Amino acid sequence: MIGSVSAVAASSSGCHIFSGCGFPSPSLESFDFKPIFSIGPFHFTKPILIVIICMVLVIAFFWAAFAKPKLVPRGMQNLGELGLLAVRDQIARPSLGKRGDTYLPFLCSLFFFIYFCNLMEIIPFFQFPPMSRSGFPWALVLVVYLTYLYLGFKNQGAWGYIRNMIPSDVPAFVLVILIPIELLRYFIIQPFTLGVRLFANMFAGHLLLLIFTLATWYLASASIGLLFAATSAIMVLAVFLLELLVQLLQAFIFTTLAATYIADSLEAGH
Amino acid sequence: MVDLATAAHVTAAASTGVTGSLGAVAYGLAAIGPGVGIGLIFGHAIEAMARQPEASGRITQYMWIGFSLAEALALIGLIVPFIFGK
Repeated sequence: MIGSVSAVAASSSGCHIFSGCGFPSPSLESFDFKPIFSIGPFHFTKPILIVIICMVLVIAFFWAAFAKPKLVPRGMQNLGELGLLAVRDQIARPSLGKRGDTYLPFLCSLFFFIYFCNLMEIIPFFQFPPMSRSGFPWALVLVVYLTYLYLGFKNQGAWGYIRNMIPSDVPAFVLVILIPIELLRYFIIQPFTLGVRLFANMFAGHLLLLIFTLATWYLASASIGLLFAATSAIMVLAVFLLELLVQLLQAFIFTTLAATYIADSLEAGH
Repeated sequence: MVDLATAAHVTAAASTGVTGSLGAVAYGLAAIGPGVGIGLIFGHAIEAMARQPEASGRITQYMWIGFSLAEALALIGLIVPFIFGK
């Protein structure tokens, strides 16, 4: 069965508490997977499989909803309209206004792709958030970064975009520190925190679930150990409920900030 | 009654240094600022919703955005030991 390297090793050693060995704590190796198959240097691993499945799910969902749209929605179109209008009214319209409808396909795909990927953390048999491998958030951030830079240079001109990053009504001695900070913010800090926020949230959530699940197994020995294991199982439930919130929140925040950065590019931010 | 001379001798012999993970200390320090920040965000949001309940929807939206911006810093502190450790 597809599994991470260290979990398989831990379960096969049979080493519970009170038998002298330490807790097999999850580490960075829990996020490495043996490849399902390899073509030369390219290894096809479980995170890649999950991301491809999520992409197919998003495409299939919206295709089934809007392939033959009717004026009075039936069936899947109800659900599709619910999702699309939620993204339009909660994410696109508050940041961009009515002109945000142009960017609605992009924002809607972004939101649902990230949300489905995050949900894979708690769906049995997958149980891994692909966004906890940092390459996947960075790829999404690259798309958003190139989008808002292109829109900024196209709508405000090359020099106009850079000049509009600095607010105009500040005294000169503040400008000395404000110009480097604002340039850093637009070109480096914004995309960096956008990607790291999604990556770190998914990484920390998966790590928490791993710790408490492994602890439930590790503590389940002898008589008093079962009481410890039951407490750890309750913690797994608590972290599971927290992760339900965090998954939706991180997808919402990524898409909202992408819409805000696009809005800043379309006209002067200040 | 505790023999103070024996206790001091044992303590002196045992403490030749502190071992453990500096990464755990790093996360503890990194969580101070965002802890204060998130408390401020939610506190002010609750106060604003108490003053003007009809604006609750918009306040909630900004509250979640602010919360995720503050929490990002704490989570960067969580993953930095994994990047730079060992």
